[in-house]
Amino acid sequence: MSAANAILTVERLTMRFGGLVAVDDVSFEVKRDDITAVIGPNGAGKTTMFNCVTGFYKPNAGRIAVARRDGRDYLLERLPDYRITREAGVARTFQNIRLFGGMTVLENLMVAQHTVLMDASTFTIGGLLGLPSFRKAEAEAIEKAAYWLEKIDLTPRADDPAADLSYGEQRRLEIARAMCTGPELLCLDEPAAGMNPRESAELNTLLRFIRDDHKTSILLIEHDMGVVMDISDHIVVLDYGRKISDGDVDFVRNDPHVIAAYLGVEEDEIDEAEALAESGGAVAETAS
Amino acid sequence: MEYFLQQLINGITLGSIYGLIAIGYTMVYGIIGMINFAHGDIFMVGSFIALALILMLGVAASAPMAILLVALLGVLALSMALTAVWGWAVERLAYRPLRGSFRLAPLITAIGMSLALQNFVQIAQGARNKPLEPLISGGFSFPANPAPGQFSVQLSYMQIGIVVTTVALMVGFSLLISRTALGRAQRACEQDRKMASLLGVDVDKTISVTFVTGAALAAVAGMFFLLYYGVIDFFIGFVAGVKAFTAAVLGGIGSLPGAMLGGLLIGLIEAFWSGYFSSDYKDVAAFSILVIVLIFMPSGLLGRPEIEKV
Amino acid sequence: MADTTTAPAPSAVEAAPAPSHTSIVIREAVIAAVIAAALASILLGARTDIAPGGLSLEYRPWNIVIAAVVVFFGKLALGFLGPRSGVDLGGAFSGLAPSGDALSHAGTYVQPALLVLAVVGPFLLLSTYGGSGARQYIELAILILTYIMLGWGLNIVVGLAGLLDLGYVAFYAVGAYSYALMALHFGLSFWVCLPLAGLIAALWGVMLGFPVLRLRGDYLAIVTLAFGEIIRVVLLNWYEFTGGPDGLSRIPRPSFFGIEFSRGDGGFADVFGLAYSPIHRIIFLYFLILSLALLTYFISIRLRRLPIGRAWEALREDEIACRALGINTTTTKLTAFALGAMFGGFAGSFFATKQGFISPESFTFIESAVILAIVVLGGLGSQLGVVIAATLFIGGFEFFREFEQYRMLVFGLSMVFIMVWKPRGLISRREPSVFLKKRKAISGDLVGEGAG
Repeated sequence: MSAANAILTVERLTMRFGGLVAVDDVSFEVKRDDITAVIGPNGAGKTTMFNCVTGFYKPNAGRIAVARRDGRDYLLERLPDYRITREAGVARTFQNIRLFGGMTVLENLMVAQHTVLMDASTFTIGGLLGLPSFRKAEAEAIEKAAYWLEKIDLTPRADDPAADLSYGEQRRLEIARAMCTGPELLCLDEPAAGMNPRESAELNTLLRFIRDDHKTSILLIEHDMGVVMDISDHIVVLDYGRKISDGDVDFVRNDPHVIAAYLGVEEDEIDEAEALAESGGAVAETAS
Repeated sequence: MEYFLQQLINGITLGSIYGLIAIGYTMVYGIIGMINFAHGDIFMVGSFIALALILMLGVAASAPMAILLVALLGVLALSMALTAVWGWAVERLAYRPLRGSFRLAPLITAIGMSLALQNFVQIAQGARNKPLEPLISGGFSFPANPAPGQFSVQLSYMQIGIVVTTVALMVGFSLLISRTALGRAQRACEQDRKMASLLGVDVDKTISVTFVTGAALAAVAGMFFLLYYGVIDFFIGFVAGVKAFTAAVLGGIGSLPGAMLGGLLIGLIEAFWSGYFSSDYKDVAAFSILVIVLIFMPSGLLGRPEIEKV
Repeated sequence: MADTTTAPAPSAVEAAPAPSHTSIVIREAVIAAVIAAALASILLGARTDIAPGGLSLEYRPWNIVIAAVVVFFGKLALGFLGPRSGVDLGGAFSGLAPSGDALSHAGTYVQPALLVLAVVGPFLLLSTYGGSGARQYIELAILILTYIMLGWGLNIVVGLAGLLDLGYVAFYAVGAYSYALMALHFGLSFWVCLPLAGLIAALWGVMLGFPVLRLRGDYLAIVTLAFGEIIRVVLLNWYEFTGGPDGLSRIPRPSFFGIEFSRGDGGFADVFGLAYSPIHRIIFLYFLILSLALLTYFISIRLRRLPIGRAWEALREDEIACRALGINTTTTKLTAFALGAMFGGFAGSFFATKQGFISPESFTFIESAVILAIVVLGGLGSQLGVVIAATLFIGGFEFFREFEQYRMLVFGLSMVFIMVWKPRGLISRREPSVFLKKRKAISGDLVGEGAG
């Protein structure tokens, strides 16, 4: 694992909620142009780790470094959330889809290009005056949105409100919206949740396309082992907030720690659920 | 020192009144998550009802103390009951049809109700101030015979009555909420209205009861306000309402002891601010505290913190 | 009302009004009448008045009877004419709600028509009623336009960005006092002061907006209310600067780009070769507020289609998603506050120059409530909705001028009824800001209402 090849380096990340240690001293790397999956039972701290990487939580300890292709480096734990997307090139989706439901599909993709368009509108004044440079930027933004709409098969729904889309369509739109911010690292929180097998297969194709054709690295949390084993180049396994395994698909699949803690052992999950119930609803929900 | 003590006594009295109103805000906010903007005006309606009842019964300061007290208690009970009907009606007409609807809608109907109540009372009772002769006068003063130029602390019977009644009501009310089926239903609705209704709690009725009890307590505050200040008008509800809401927020909205504590603090702050600085800006003091608390401590002193879920 | 289980068997209901339905309605009407009597018993049944030697009490028992009878028959009518679930007032009213969608479809034709009407209106009035007769109508139109402008300004904050502002009148006040003070102390002309007053108001918008960025929903509403009241109380008590409750008077009137509306040489009438008439100034003021309102209109329409406007709407829909897309929510919210405040400030300057006198009394919480009500009742985010609501409310309000004391009561109650009838406002559909193939309006039920 050469550090030069890593887009994201997480070092000794720790996040606590009151007495609960949701993420405990976790280190791993996401290599450039890889699909890296984070797996683990419910409550293993995956989403918390995710929220730290995307700036929604500030970790109690640890370092999260991003190295962009052009050589710029960022320490994400020091950046406010909106600058993580804007400058460090890290985009994300949400476990419980967060689209702008009252806006059209196209508008959702236009909002994602806010930073570029905002610059082109020169503090809105250029936009108010309708300067040609702004019009050009807007036309390009619509073109980019149309491109992604085609990639996710939603072109006919472009002018419908996002809230009217089906669940699977909403998930795809959220991915396209994240891609419209022009990220180098795309973070997906359970992208296949609630999808049927056909939709997950399409999702796999889309994610491979994003990785190969757009040179975007992907970090994803997923419960659907079919998806994970099929597309991941690299897997990180968390359990009770700690990293228990880290390697390629074959390595993880055969790692006795993983098998014991997660893959086949049902009792652990039951214990897990009980432990969660005891530790109190609000905290457990946030940390899940 | 005497001056300080005097402001402390005044502040506690005022704080009791604010606390009683604040309970109505905090309960309603707890159960349906809205600011019942008309609650201040329910308080005002309560004070007008008390005034009319006092005049009807011919209660006068000249009556013997025992009869006076009994009569006032009767007035209190009756005005609580009648004000409670007002609280019920406001909820039934302006809030219930909008339950589960657009979030801004009940806020607008609440403002509309507030305007309507103010102007209804203005039309029905006239726009002029209503002064009432002090019914309960006298009290203690320390020292009893002050030397010339020495400040003497006044503790009136009225103030004692207000604080004692408030404490009694608070204790009874806390028991009601913590011990009875009604209180349990209320707390269940606060946690999760849908689940509560699935488990057989009559949510509409519980919410109605919340408004009714809130209005009854506001009626007590209204009568105290009338007796303590001796003058009311149709506009007293707005400022008192905002201050009581401030108290509820300061204490942690949704928390009953918080509402009382917040009321007390707002009363004290106002008394000390008027006593030591300027009474012109006393409302600014209360409003500024509201702003500061909400910005730096949005969950108040005794409230539950809210965790942002991503 | 709990015993709807005793309702007749379905077949009986379908076969004309069954007797038991009648009896239920009557029973409910009786209950409602009893409640109305209880409500009216003291407040309507007895009137306290100041009399020599204390208060007197005048009994008016008939009021109680009237209230009970009115409610009885009202409830009866609702029970029989409303839908079967006649107990539900909201349900009863929703039967009357057909027109909103048709209205927003017609929007494309209605708006230019309204614009033409607004431009030629005063001249039509003049030719119909003559100079002195038209005056009151034009003044009413000026008032309505002022509220339309304020509504459009507030719409940016509440309708687009989803930030609930109950203290909007503060910016109106800041604009009015800024203009008045600058004109009185430095002798600056209206046209210099107008942009300055707008800027000052915008600055206040940022200053007040900054601390409240973290707040959401009702909390934000109550803090903005508190700010509005703080500003009013300061204006009321800072005698040296604001004149306290006496306010500021002899505020310079606006000139026609330097030409005064005065009698005699060099006045407007003289320069343009007209006979002097006070109506000239009124008409000028009318067109002044019309152009200010239109400025607000076009800027906010335009802003909606720019990235900043889309970011406002996105913020209203989901703030967390905005942050994940690289939108700086702090500056986005602040620009909404600042722009809303700026238009409030413009309107305030206009108000000051129109009245020539301002005092804190013009900037009470009621004003904020009225402006917010116009925005919400019109339909959040809808420009046309604001026009309709402002005309309905302010026009109706003036129409009932003879019933001075009742109109605030009617105003408050109509706020309640309209909201219960149409919780999403009169025009609730949202027009998308950009489209690929076909512009389709979005149902208001899908549109977010903002967390803040």
